[in-house]
Amino acid sequence: MTPENAGEFTAAGQELLQLITPAGERISHPEFDFWVKDITDEQLCSLFEDMTVIRRIDVEATALQRQGELALWPPLLGQEAAQIGSGRAMRADDFVFSSYRENGVAYCRGVDLTDLLRVWRGNASGGWDPYSINMATPQIIIGAQTLHATGYAMGIQNDGADAVAVTYFGDGATSEGDVNEAMVFAASFQAPVLFFCTNNHWAISEPVRLQSHIHLAERATGFGIPSLRVDGNDVLAVMAATRLALDRARRGGGPTFIEAVTYRMGPHTTADDPTRYRDANELEDWAAKDPISRLASLLDRKGLLTAELQQQVQGKADSVAAEMRRGCTTMPDPQPMDVFKHVYSTPNSWLERQQDHYARYLASFGDPAGAVSEEGAR
Amino acid sequence: MTQLTFARAINAGLRKSLENDSKVVLLGEDIGALGGVFRVTDGLQKDFGTHRVVDTPLAESAIVGTAVGLAYRGYRPVLEIQFDGFIYPAFDQIVSQVAKLHYRTRGAVKMPITIRVPFGGGIGSPEHHSESPEAYFTHTSGLRVVAVSNPQDAYTVIQQAISCDDPVLYFEPKRRYHDKGEVEETAALASALPMDKARVLTQGTDATLVAYGPLVKTALDAATAAADEGISLEVIDLRSLAPVDYDAVVASVRKTGRLVVTHEAGQSGGLGAEVAASITERCFYHLEAAPVRVTGFDIPYPYSKLEMHHLPGLDRILDGVDRALGRPNSLSGLEG
Repeated sequence: MTPENAGEFTAAGQELLQLITPAGERISHPEFDFWVKDITDEQLCSLFEDMTVIRRIDVEATALQRQGELALWPPLLGQEAAQIGSGRAMRADDFVFSSYRENGVAYCRGVDLTDLLRVWRGNASGGWDPYSINMATPQIIIGAQTLHATGYAMGIQNDGADAVAVTYFGDGATSEGDVNEAMVFAASFQAPVLFFCTNNHWAISEPVRLQSHIHLAERATGFGIPSLRVDGNDVLAVMAATRLALDRARRGGGPTFIEAVTYRMGPHTTADDPTRYRDANELEDWAAKDPISRLASLLDRKGLLTAELQQQVQGKADSVAAEMRRGCTTMPDPQPMDVFKHVYSTPNSWLERQQDHYARYLASFGDPAGAVSEEGAR
Repeated sequence: MTQLTFARAINAGLRKSLENDSKVVLLGEDIGALGGVFRVTDGLQKDFGTHRVVDTPLAESAIVGTAVGLAYRGYRPVLEIQFDGFIYPAFDQIVSQVAKLHYRTRGAVKMPITIRVPFGGGIGSPEHHSESPEAYFTHTSGLRVVAVSNPQDAYTVIQQAISCDDPVLYFEPKRRYHDKGEVEETAALASALPMDKARVLTQGTDATLVAYGPLVKTALDAATAAADEGISLEVIDLRSLAPVDYDAVVASVRKTGRLVVTHEAGQSGGLGAEVAASITERCFYHLEAAPVRVTGFDIPYPYSKLEMHHLPGLDRILDGVDRALGRPNSLSGLEG
């Protein structure tokens, strides 16, 4: 068997949880309807707004990159339901440890829009104070954050609290040692952690079948962690699964693994070119399952998709995008000596000496800015 | 004052930290009922419970990675890496996460994590049980690295490391675990020599001999032997490897004019290179001779029947001293 044909040999695996069909039909589920039974029409409209807004944020950030305002951007196009459905299921005192693509989750946590861009503009290594929104600065090392979430969850346990640590990672990350070790620890200590695996089918150019011959959700079972496969383009299904997992963790039931099956409609980052490795037909197939159109169809069937709603949502999305763009272009540049800040939290003689010497070096030009220009000042 | 072995002194320091701060938690392999393979954590789980002294599954990256999460939550994790050679699976979490999170979060998140590492050779073990990996970590910004050489420091510095808001790699010379020494357990931590300061152990005039961890005892023995030949060595216990207390070394070398650095780790890119270069930069016009390094070879840690050739002993150190002093030595007549 080669990775290319592995899919054909996959076990039947778990049911794919779905509450809204791609055509926008609400289908009932004996177990999971319970978890979204309180969702009102108004809340459905609000989820539609959230998803539209984060897509607009994503499009705007991609444009900012193309215009040279950002060095790089990792688009989330196509993953809006997975991020909003889970992000809106959490409590403020839960704590998120994510990868770099969960900008929609950060939006749910209440991130400042300018903070979303700091890293990508090259102005900082982390965009926000993690404690201000209970979300760690996004992790770039693949899968490393799953251990942080597990440790945080062990801390919650020690504190006797009922919060949950939620970690987001991709299909590629499931091959990393850290993710597997995190599941071992989470299971051993029955830590209140939710492993939210966004299976968007691609780890840069590597298809998910190269990472695994079975559904990713099935891997968790081997660790003794209950798992769910959910249609990641179905915002209600994602929310229902996330609520179930969070509730289980709060009640001392330990970790849960959710595989949200979705698709990365865009490139890995703005530096990537997916036409080199994937079939345009595949993209077309997934476009038909678009998470936002799906919810729009449901709203339409329910008579909720009024012109007024659409106008209001678009207006919100546009104003958020404009605010973010303003935040981006007016962001003050960091100062040269900032490079030495926060390496340590206590004085360090080695660094103080280097800092002192560099300050003298800059001062030797009279104009500190000149010393760091590309051409050099000498 | 109490007579304690090195291992018991660390144990007493850990106990004190557990008593003083409810946020201190210990994680590691076999540290609970067994008390660690070297018994350093003996009795602590019994007295503080399984939630504070945690036997973990066998995964070093996870020990460090979960400690990051605990630190995010406000805890002060103290980790035991069972042997020096077992630290590499955790390398990414130490270098990319523990060391950088304070910088990444612009000071919002502190990483007060102490990573205890029994290190060094001389115990007749198979591969991976006798290494000296300190230079990997002294090269990593964001970490503090210390190596203790005697029971009193072991007791004091472990507490200083745990109370430090920066991450600390705490290297314990495992071949000295059973050495005994006087330990003052009642002295206030605040009045102790700060963790990042070196200590001059013997005053001398002919050469400065810098050592740390297991070789401090060897260096002192060498100084005693040298004194018999009328050579006066100033022995400095570096204690802090990152940052190195250069003020102390500079003051000494300005007096003696000669520098010998010794460590078990291999020579190339080792801490001795860093000390020699920095002292040359700062003391060039005070130096009477080139700095000398007496170190392990640039080889994988050898099988135990040959390890004493690899480890700098008293005679090799004295040979290095002879080189620094321009006396006849094993390399006499060789150019460069």
